Amino acid sequence: MATKSLKKLGSDLAKSNKQLEILSNGIFANDELPTFKNKISETSQFPLKAKPLEILQINVGYMCNQVCEHCHVDAGPDRKEIMTQETMQQILDVIKTTGAHTLDLTGGAPEMNPNFRWFVEEASKIGVKDFIVRSNLTIIRANKKYYDLPQFFKKHNIHVISSMPHWTRGKTDKQRGEGVFDMSIKALQELNAVGYGMPGSDLKLDLVYNPSGAFLPGDQSAMEKDFKKALMEDFSIQFHNLFAITNLPIARFLDFLIASENYEDYMYSLVEAYNPAAVANVMCTNTLSVSWDGYLFDCDFNQMLELPVNSKSKHISEYKTELLEGRNIVISQHCYGCTAGAGSSCQGVVA
Amino acid sequence: MAKTYYDPADLRKFGKITEWNEELGNKFFDYYGKVFEEGALTAREKSLIALAVAHTEQCPYCIDAYTKDSLQRGVTKEEMMEAIHVGAAIKSGATLVHGVQMMNKVNKLDG
Repeated sequence: MATKSLKKLGSDLAKSNKQLEILSNGIFANDELPTFKNKISETSQFPLKAKPLEILQINVGYMCNQVCEHCHVDAGPDRKEIMTQETMQQILDVIKTTGAHTLDLTGGAPEMNPNFRWFVEEASKIGVKDFIVRSNLTIIRANKKYYDLPQFFKKHNIHVISSMPHWTRGKTDKQRGEGVFDMSIKALQELNAVGYGMPGSDLKLDLVYNPSGAFLPGDQSAMEKDFKKALMEDFSIQFHNLFAITNLPIARFLDFLIASENYEDYMYSLVEAYNPAAVANVMCTNTLSVSWDGYLFDCDFNQMLELPVNSKSKHISEYKTELLEGRNIVISQHCYGCTAGAGSSCQGVVA
Repeated sequence: MAKTYYDPADLRKFGKITEWNEELGNKFFDYYGKVFEEGALTAREKSLIALAVAHTEQCPYCIDAYTKDSLQRGVTKEEMMEAIHVGAAIKSGATLVHGVQMMNKVNKLDG
């Protein structure tokens, strides 16, 4: 199990241009597989255009208490990129002016940002309809200062979304680190105890499933049934929805695909599972991703690949709806990850 | 001539069998697709049956395909191994149950 980020290890794959080069060469350069641009052109869906903003996703920093095997952020304890309070204030100013109904905080472990609680308190005053925090669960048990997070989330009516790769210890710990399963179970029980995830409860608790290896996620509703049955039987845990998310071939997952000689087969799987109906609803068309230093991206994946929005409005401090709406979305071959099968987004399937 | 009888990349070309007989090929794939849909059995249960049969049939393409399919459906490696033991037990049982025939024949010929 890795304990350091690719960046800290000085890996070539920590560089976004190297990742983009891999995704554009080989099987995509020699026409063995169509590029994403050519594929969506077949159904006249190129260029992808941004619709009115609905979801503002904020990455408040890459620091994390975990070093998960396939993290697309390459997050970990050694990452020092942390959003400042000044940038947070700029975001708050923008949220007030947009029609976005969802605010989605992610990381790293967002709770590790020293201004996390201040930001949540301020943002919850604005009154967005759905205020999400993507919590890795173990952070709640990582240190005493985080023990009251379930209560804090409840106080601000936060919608908690957490990763849970499997309902068994072995598969979970292999992907997310030794001891993660037991800590996650404890955290879920604590969230249940304050009302999160209970049937009929307004305190929303959803889980995210992403595959532990070089394969695509199964049917989301079938997986949800299996998760619910197992977590209930084994630990009396309840939750609302399961989101099945496809692993995109970037950062640590790309590193794994190449090292395990699964890269080509995986790209074939993604292209074979291509679904034009999913293209119509990909999240980049109604989402903006804001990086720890305030820059704007079409999605969290483009943020990690350092592919900025195709607009004159590139930073949250210069946010202008008229410059961002209708912009052409920046694409590369990693985008196949969001259009495979029933599609994939931070909110699960899209088709 | 290919150097080996089995090439993993050939699995992707399975669909091409329709090129030389579209009607029968399509009928087969329609049937195949229907069989694996969620029904009285879940798609997950069907995947495990397919994995066990893939082993008893010793079809390398099917083993690749249904190992991956099982993983996609959240099947654990313990479940997969138990499933193929079921297949193996039936295979060995099918061999050994013929021992009764052998015994009958011995008893008839040699009292």
